[in-house]
Amino acid sequence: MGTNSLYGPLDPASDAGYTDAPPRMGFFTDTSVCIGCKACEVACKEWNAVPDDGFTLLGHSYDNTGGLSADSWRHVAFIEQPAASSVDALAVAAGGPATPDFRWLMMSNVCKHCTHAGCLDVCPTGALFRTEFGTVVVQEDICNGCGYCVPACPYGVIDQRKGDGRAWKCTMCYDRIGDGLTPACAQACPTQSIQYGELDELRERARERVAKVEGARLYGHDPDDGVGGDGAFFLLLDEPEVYGLPPDPIVTTRDLPAMWKRAGLAGLAMAAAVAVSFLGGNR
Amino acid sequence: MAEAHPVGFQYVVEAKNRGAKIIHVDPRFTRTSALADEFVPMRAGADIAFLGGVVNYILSNEKDFREYVVAYTNASMIVSEEFRDTEELDGLFSGFDPELNVYDQSSWQYAGQQHMGQQEGEAHADRETASGLEQESHGPPIPAGVPRDPTLQDPRCVYQILKRHYARYTPEVVERVCGVPKEQFLGVCEAWTANSGRERTTALVYSVGWTQHSVGVQYIRTGAIIQLLLGNMGRPGGGVMALRGHASIQGSTDIPTLFNLLPGYLPMPHHRQHETFQKWVDEIRHPEQKGFWANAESYAVSLLKAYWGDAATAENDWGFGWLPRLTGDHGTYQQVLDMIDGKIKGYFLLGQNPAVGSAHGKAQRLGMANLDWLVVRDLFMIESATFWKDGPEIATGEIVPSECRTEVFFMPAASHAEKEGTFTQTQRMLQWREKALDPPGDCRSELWFFYHLGRRIRAKLAGSTLDRDQGLLKLNWDYQVHGDEPSGADVLREINGYRVSDKSVVSGFADLKADGSTACGCWIYSGVFKDGVNQAARRKPGHEQDWVAREWGWAWPADRRTLYNRASADPEGRPWSERKKYVWWDPGAGEWTGYDVPDFEKTKPPSYRPPEGATGVEAIAGDDAFIMQGDGKGWLYAPSGLIDGPLPTHYEPAESPVVNPLYGQQANPTRKRYAHPANPENPVSAAYPYVFTTSRLTEHHTAGGMSRQLAYLSELQPEMFVEVSPQLAAERGLEHLGWAHIVTSRAAIEARVMVTDRLRPLRIDGRVVHQIWMPYHWGSSGLVTGDSANDLIGIVLDPNVLIQESKVGTCDIRPGRRPTGPALIDYVNDYRRRANGDQ
Repeated sequence: MGTNSLYGPLDPASDAGYTDAPPRMGFFTDTSVCIGCKACEVACKEWNAVPDDGFTLLGHSYDNTGGLSADSWRHVAFIEQPAASSVDALAVAAGGPATPDFRWLMMSNVCKHCTHAGCLDVCPTGALFRTEFGTVVVQEDICNGCGYCVPACPYGVIDQRKGDGRAWKCTMCYDRIGDGLTPACAQACPTQSIQYGELDELRERARERVAKVEGARLYGHDPDDGVGGDGAFFLLLDEPEVYGLPPDPIVTTRDLPAMWKRAGLAGLAMAAAVAVSFLGGNR
Repeated sequence: MAEAHPVGFQYVVEAKNRGAKIIHVDPRFTRTSALADEFVPMRAGADIAFLGGVVNYILSNEKDFREYVVAYTNASMIVSEEFRDTEELDGLFSGFDPELNVYDQSSWQYAGQQHMGQQEGEAHADRETASGLEQESHGPPIPAGVPRDPTLQDPRCVYQILKRHYARYTPEVVERVCGVPKEQFLGVCEAWTANSGRERTTALVYSVGWTQHSVGVQYIRTGAIIQLLLGNMGRPGGGVMALRGHASIQGSTDIPTLFNLLPGYLPMPHHRQHETFQKWVDEIRHPEQKGFWANAESYAVSLLKAYWGDAATAENDWGFGWLPRLTGDHGTYQQVLDMIDGKIKGYFLLGQNPAVGSAHGKAQRLGMANLDWLVVRDLFMIESATFWKDGPEIATGEIVPSECRTEVFFMPAASHAEKEGTFTQTQRMLQWREKALDPPGDCRSELWFFYHLGRRIRAKLAGSTLDRDQGLLKLNWDYQVHGDEPSGADVLREINGYRVSDKSVVSGFADLKADGSTACGCWIYSGVFKDGVNQAARRKPGHEQDWVAREWGWAWPADRRTLYNRASADPEGRPWSERKKYVWWDPGAGEWTGYDVPDFEKTKPPSYRPPEGATGVEAIAGDDAFIMQGDGKGWLYAPSGLIDGPLPTHYEPAESPVVNPLYGQQANPTRKRYAHPANPENPVSAAYPYVFTTSRLTEHHTAGGMSRQLAYLSELQPEMFVEVSPQLAAERGLEHLGWAHIVTSRAAIEARVMVTDRLRPLRIDGRVVHQIWMPYHWGSSGLVTGDSANDLIGIVLDPNVLIQESKVGTCDIRPGRRPTGPALIDYVNDYRRRANGDQ
């Protein structure tokens, strides 16, 4: 493990020990063309046999999924944004401006497949592993349901399934991409809001796109960010918080070496103290 | 479009990425609005006022494509001087008969042709039989040879009549009637006209909710007038496209599931109007008319030969006597009321869930509960199969399961992936579908069901000498079968048509004969099996061929991808512009050529003028681009064929809280009403102060039969809800996620409340009008259940095609759940009594 394995830019597949790994694959989700059809959610569940997560009207605009969970590996968020100055529609009806800058933002969220994946770092069984495509996958037959990975994710993505206990999340359709197929969500997306491909190429495409769309910004594209860049990154039309994304995610294991170092020192000091006390006892 | 047609919407997104400006006009802010550059909220039911305003803008600013308009539309035709417009008669046209509520149309005709107009009796019969539907493939009859004024100055020419008719549809009036601010409206006009002309074209795309109005046909007509004025018909990138509600709705009118049509828009014979074969055929082709419809006899004989084979002979009029006859209105809504009245014994439902999906759900269910038998073929046990034990009328006591007399037979159906066949989409394109897997259990295709039903009935009737059985016994009921499944390809071959002598397939409808030597199941589809090849199964990818992509599927008629494409060239046959080059005259070769199959006689030059007294194909001039119209022209003004007037006129919906600001005539005077105790109408009353409209959510499919049974779809929209603006919520005390109930004179239904800025109050004619929106997917069975929005709607229909007004009505909304049990009936009735009292 290199010194920067837990932080900063690197190629995760070769870092994980793959030689001649294929190019790192990823998702670029362009929310400016998302129409909120949720075909990604359905296609994901169909392909991966993910169970439904209940029939509850949430009242969060058209979002009745609520968020990513063990039973929802894609989640389309709907954000109704009234104009900055709360518009009085009756005043509008009386002859005010007809189209106040109301916006309805939609965004298909997914596991970020971080360069530095906290979930993977903390997994004690090896159930979570880095694939040759640079993605992060849970092996359901190895996971023992310890749940360490859940608080380790800076995005709150990975989750334990109720009544099962094991951790589940997006695999970027590991069982499809190995055969050269597109992940189910990207395949089903009618407007190419979800694009799948080689991460380098997607980042290039995103750079061009963000220059064209007014008010757009990229999220998770930067290898210098707190998780070393995401394998699944986004073009957003507003601040990340608006979509329920952390503004400055940092891999939870970033400080682990320093902590271990400190813990190690503390341990040594403790051992020394014990030794000293024994010495003292013998006296 | 993004809501109901997300897959098709990808092309809108693509266009936007290439710089197109997207304008979305809708009563509420939808997923489509979310991606549009501009959202234009307007009042439901005021579309003709809006579009009429566009017509007025075009004409008063001379933005029409004048050369196109003069050459290819009927703008220059002179109309009878007896014609009186709505301007003079306060919202009525001349010839109105207030007793029958129809028009004597004589005065609407072109000058000198007043005798061609329908008398009110004929118009009444046409309304009963929705005869407007026959015009899908051709215009209504009109004789050749009409006086014209190419300068468009004659006060009685269509252009000037149009100008006067729409003069009052000013931007100020649009604002008053539709609630769209003047500046915003003008922005739409400017965008539409700027993107039309020689170099550019605009497509008008609508979803079929647009037709579901008591003036539905006239909505589409207004759109067509604009597209004709701007030169957007018959040209690439232009047209008027209907986005269908689901797969092959176009196909189900081409080869109809409608009571009044036979395949290829041949009319179902009427017992009085079509007593003989000759009368029937003459009514279709009109011997004095010009155009291709003159060959109707070949199509009709070939259809009867396909039905009855060798038994159809010249001596027995090709079996014409065995065809069923219309005696009046046998439309679905008349039938439902007849069921309630005990006049109908049995009913087949195939892939349809009227208990949830049709207007006035309660009438649908009460009707179905009063049959001897009901056959339901569907994928799941839908409400139309289970209403007798779990419909809302059980709680009210109106249906008692132990006493319900209807015997229901449920036949499980194969889904589209489990059977072969074709889909026909809005471009009239047939696409062949392979079978992907066997249907489970006893599920079977429609083809299987009808083939074996016919076989068994014929076996039961074998030997019968009764006249009424002969039509069935003599049917040509012989299809290839694989196992016991009939071959879809074999049926498609019969639809294509063949020579009776050697069963060889014909190449197109031009090969069809009136002498009984050919058989053809649907003349407009003739050519789909050309050369013995299933043309609908062609699948050459777009990037391997030119942009018209003619090697993908097959489009009727004759594989033309754009109808009336002669209009893509100027009167001399030259492309209007290099950019919009499509079909043109090649003087060297002496023929029409281009990217598409020319929709014109191949070697008829642009300069051709018919000899005096010519009829049929010979009468089509070299610049008559609209070859299926009786006069060869695109109709801005419809001198016949429409029951409710030659020009679209703004009428208020049958139920509206607004007094028509434009005319004394409140609603469409010829709308089809059904006075029946089961079908009360909302009066104009403070009791029903709000406008409501309904539509679909992306997550569900129509009446829910295909989505409420699936967990992955049901979880995405798990409950019936109603969308209201924050202002209306405050006015009525509605709370987000709380319960509310909605009341009309038919029903009260309950729903969870969604308070959202996506709905906005509008200022209409000086006062604030609130609109409410509801999805209509829920019913009493499935993984997720709820009240049905269609229960609120009454039965009132467009007079031309008998489509129901189900996209706008009036209602009240109150906080809290609705009453249950018999108290619900009292509640609805009390509301109605109060409404009628304060009229």
